Amino acid sequence: METANARGRPKMGLGTRAILLVEKVTKEPLWDCRMCGQCILHSTGLRCPMTCPKNLRNGPCGGVLQNGNCEVEPDRTCTWVVAWERSRKLPLWRDHMEHLNPPVDWQLEGTSSWVNLLTRRDKLVPAGWADEQVKRE
Amino acid sequence: MSQTGRPPASRLEALLRGGHFAVTCELETTDGADPESVHAVADPLRGKVDAVNCTDNSAAHPHISQVAAAHLLVDRGIEPIAQFTCRDRNRLGLQADLLGTAALGVRNVMLMTGDDVSAGDHPEAKAIYDLDSLHLIRIARILRDDGTYLSGRRLTESPRFFIGAVENPFAPPLDFRPIRLQKKVEAGAQFIQTQICFNVSKLREFMARAGELGALDRVFVLVGIFIPRSLRGARYLRDQVPGIDVPDWVIERMEGTPAERQAEEGRRIALEVLHGARELPGVSGVHLMSIGGREDILALIEEAGLLPRPEVAVPTSA
Repeated sequence: METANARGRPKMGLGTRAILLVEKVTKEPLWDCRMCGQCILHSTGLRCPMTCPKNLRNGPCGGVLQNGNCEVEPDRTCTWVVAWERSRKLPLWRDHMEHLNPPVDWQLEGTSSWVNLLTRRDKLVPAGWADEQVKRE
Repeated sequence: MSQTGRPPASRLEALLRGGHFAVTCELETTDGADPESVHAVADPLRGKVDAVNCTDNSAAHPHISQVAAAHLLVDRGIEPIAQFTCRDRNRLGLQADLLGTAALGVRNVMLMTGDDVSAGDHPEAKAIYDLDSLHLIRIARILRDDGTYLSGRRLTESPRFFIGAVENPFAPPLDFRPIRLQKKVEAGAQFIQTQICFNVSKLREFMARAGELGALDRVFVLVGIFIPRSLRGARYLRDQVPGIDVPDWVIERMEGTPAERQAEEGRRIALEVLHGARELPGVSGVHLMSIGGREDILALIEEAGLLPRPEVAVPTSA
């Protein structure tokens, strides 16, 4: 967790664009990835949280239907029901479902989460959030 | 209950900390540009409940602003709980309204994701969801305890809040619900109002698990109680309102009751659920709801023996 308020979208050179392309063509079909640029699949049972119509990053809303389907798209299973069930079967990261994931940085939407992971850009959170984190730990 | 050393922010907080069984209910939504329409639905509740929820465009239908309604309640000597959803405002709007609501004398806030726009009368609207409810809970605590915005920029005066959240012990994934409650407590939630309960055994399991996780030592849980008015109303709740578990026995009992006595039977059902929930360790109060019938709420409070409401010292408002 780092404490600066990041301003602006990361610059994308030719190399970054190439990585972005590879990431898109692998993650979109595999996980229905929505390219938020700050991947947390490890704390969501490898179910992309951005497929939730409410973009929830920390678990299901209260509107999940009794059959486990989504209240907004009642013909499919709730993103977080899938996330929870899959996370129980994963050999690792099971406890990551308990993590408090920070608010989405919308500046990263459409950029490569792999590059953002390497540059640690995806660790930058607003200063108020980071201060609170430090205080509680 | 080990809450922090700060003095209670509201009468509701003082009451819960004092070990009293709390009673809250939802204010009927109004659609007028006059204060009188809010007064008319609020005044009969004075002295009958401990605090009143002012909803934020409930069921994704616009109504009078919850900030305005809550302020009107303060003026009438009724303690409000202002609800905020993540559906209609981004992080700028929510922080601005949290500050504004505090400046207007509102001390209880209830922070949630919110029904989707597809459930309302403006399904073509753009839903925001910039934050989720966990983010919003933590941001309320940052405003209060750190005296800054999410960005880190300083406030000149921090709000005093009693921070509330919701949880639904009755919707899948059931095993995850107590963990989600725990996450909300970690983020800063001090009290919880649950989704409507008919299924006390599901609630019992949820409370037991939440207790094991240690969440109940740090949060007050108010159980949502709904008063069905008719068979049609009970069916509507089961089939049209997402996330609500209406067991067959509720429907069957309403079916077996002649139409003119269904309102009475509905109150009897609510009363049974209320008594069942009240027995459970960790339950600190109830939150009463009914569709368009404050008479039902007032009658239930009477029948449940919840009057008179306890007197507690009201914290001086800063």
